[in-house]
Amino acid sequence: MSTQTEIGVPHFALVGTPNSGKTALFNALTGSRQKVANYPGVTVERKAGVLQTPSGHRVHLVDLPGTYSLRGRSPDEEITRDVVLGRLASEATPDLLLCVADATNLRVALRLVIELKRVGRRLMLVLNMIDIARRRGVEIDLDRLSAELGVPVVTSTAVRRGGTEELLRRMDEMAAGPLEAAGENTWKPMTAGELRAAQREADRIIGAAVGMPKRPDTVSGRVDAVLLHPAAGLLILLGVLFVMFQAVWICAKPLGDLIQDVFDALGATAHGALPEGLLQSFIQDGVIKGVGTVIVFLPQILILFFFILMLEDLGYMGRAAFLMDRIMGGAGLHGRAFIPLLSSFACAIPGIMATRVIDNPRDRLTTILVAPLMTCSARIPVYTLIISAFIPATYLWGWVSLQGLVMFALYAAGITSALAVSFVAKRFFLYEDHTPPFMLELPAYKLPSVRSVAIGLYTRAKIFLQRAGTTIFAMMVLVWFLASFPRPPEGAEGPAIDYSLAAMIGGALQPLLAPVGFNWQISVALIPGMAAREAVVGALSTVYAIEGGEEAVEKVGQALAGNWSLATALAMLAWYIFAPQCASTLVTIRRETGSWRWMAITFAYMLALAYVAAFVTYNTAVALGAG
Amino acid sequence: MTDTAGFAEPPIPLGLANRGFCGRIDGIHVGEDTHGSAAPEIESRLLELGFVEGAEIKILHEGPIGRDPIAVRINDTTIALRRREAMAIMVTSSSKRSA
Repeated sequence: MSTQTEIGVPHFALVGTPNSGKTALFNALTGSRQKVANYPGVTVERKAGVLQTPSGHRVHLVDLPGTYSLRGRSPDEEITRDVVLGRLASEATPDLLLCVADATNLRVALRLVIELKRVGRRLMLVLNMIDIARRRGVEIDLDRLSAELGVPVVTSTAVRRGGTEELLRRMDEMAAGPLEAAGENTWKPMTAGELRAAQREADRIIGAAVGMPKRPDTVSGRVDAVLLHPAAGLLILLGVLFVMFQAVWICAKPLGDLIQDVFDALGATAHGALPEGLLQSFIQDGVIKGVGTVIVFLPQILILFFFILMLEDLGYMGRAAFLMDRIMGGAGLHGRAFIPLLSSFACAIPGIMATRVIDNPRDRLTTILVAPLMTCSARIPVYTLIISAFIPATYLWGWVSLQGLVMFALYAAGITSALAVSFVAKRFFLYEDHTPPFMLELPAYKLPSVRSVAIGLYTRAKIFLQRAGTTIFAMMVLVWFLASFPRPPEGAEGPAIDYSLAAMIGGALQPLLAPVGFNWQISVALIPGMAAREAVVGALSTVYAIEGGEEAVEKVGQALAGNWSLATALAMLAWYIFAPQCASTLVTIRRETGSWRWMAITFAYMLALAYVAAFVTYNTAVALGAG
Repeated sequence: MTDTAGFAEPPIPLGLANRGFCGRIDGIHVGEDTHGSAAPEIESRLLELGFVEGAEIKILHEGPIGRDPIAVRINDTTIALRRREAMAIMVTSSSKRSA
């Protein structure tokens, strides 16, 4: 095959409407040999992979974002348009466009084919989900369809083993054949009149080549009668979310704890094996702890994405957005934002990653901005420590626990502020000239393919470990460095951290933090506390020189009760509602938005809110005599 | 009920119709008040989703708050959209004639 090497590996691209099963087809064709990254400068995900056709041709395949036309009304759709037209410098112009269509729903897809023909590139129509169409009694005259459209037509079933054989055989022929463009590019954005004409032409072709059954998909209709019912539908949605977060909590927590224990044990082993000193501390508290901090997020991310991928493949996500549209819309949030935001109660990192379910970039950004305000589980140790040390365990009216009430107030403050920030952000900063209309296809329900979900999970895990994980690890080592350097001089008294860079930074910050009632110990503990919110507990025990580290939580509580005023304690609680005290979250925001700017904005606005909240709390409490 | 006139009833906006409404699309007319979205943009989006003149349409579901958004069956697909945007879709009822 000398021609093969001369032309190099041919580039094929999958184009299609949302819900055409394009991604399932891509997963079936490329398996785990796919690379997921972002297109340069935008948050749009680029999925590409290499596959081998039956006769051994290598083909480079890219899965373009789903679109109804080439008008490019969102960054995703602009990517599809630019790649199809060969305008994107970073992407090879595709030699063949594979237009993927849901065989049960051809009207819109054929109109897209008619538009794609104008690009003048080689084009093939893939009728996906052909098994469902045949079962439903849709009869498609493939030769007639191909003749009417003037493009080759092939059928496939992405989710069935062997369902892509015919497609692969045709791709083989295409890869072996000449790869030059089929004709002139005459594409320009279609006017309303042209759209109508194209749809009429598509309908005419369907009339000529497709025999539609008299009975449409009744299963989805019957299921929707329950799932979209105004009362029952909402209850079921709540039930689904309940199960989902119970699963994240119940399954991920012990797994996360187990991982934590394993890394603690590893750290202890390293501690024992290495001589006392800097290297020992670096390996135990820098490297092993750093890797542990990354891995510990994996169970949550995998379980959450398992549910998200299942619900998406089932076709339920659009229904959930339908039910939540008005409820979330009041706060300027997209109907789909509820999953990322609810996930953020466990941890903002999987929550921020889950914002990928939101298509509109501004809606997605707003959700990312407010996700860290949801009370994540890492705040719980901090809250419980301070509450149990300072809030008396009394009951109001005999049955309302005051401690529980404070905990509830902290959660409520988080949710209220998240809604308020999103409202303000949408109103003033992420304002669009037009509110994007909510128009969404509700696809027929389908059983998810195990393989496709597995590939999706594998890619998510890989993305997290490669992209966020490496940076989180680097941040952990940095935090260790700040808390350990320089070493205390010979014969020095007090904990080693008092002589470190963290103490110097804490000392420098102290004048700034004095107005919110923070003493220098708090200021110093906030620096290693950047590693994770709960890390501040350990850091406080270190600066108060308490033996036994994090296990000695009770002793820490006593130390705090002896050293802090109630006003300081309340200010600390207010601080932790808002403060961006989690380097991993910030890194994830940077990765997901592809910009340092949004990370900086999140950091700045959360810090400002935290300072104001702590300041107001401290001074009110002092004025009321709690100083 | 006048059988002689066929489509005797004047077209109404889909945004005002109730659940169970059955009919045919008479035209897409995006009004002035489109909350800032350019009228041609809304029109194009509706057309792209298959809302073209002559298509058969039925309102299947209504959202839990303010009966908004609505889910409509258009030919063989189900589309969810807000009543605000559905105001642009003019429809003639067919359910009453068959009754």
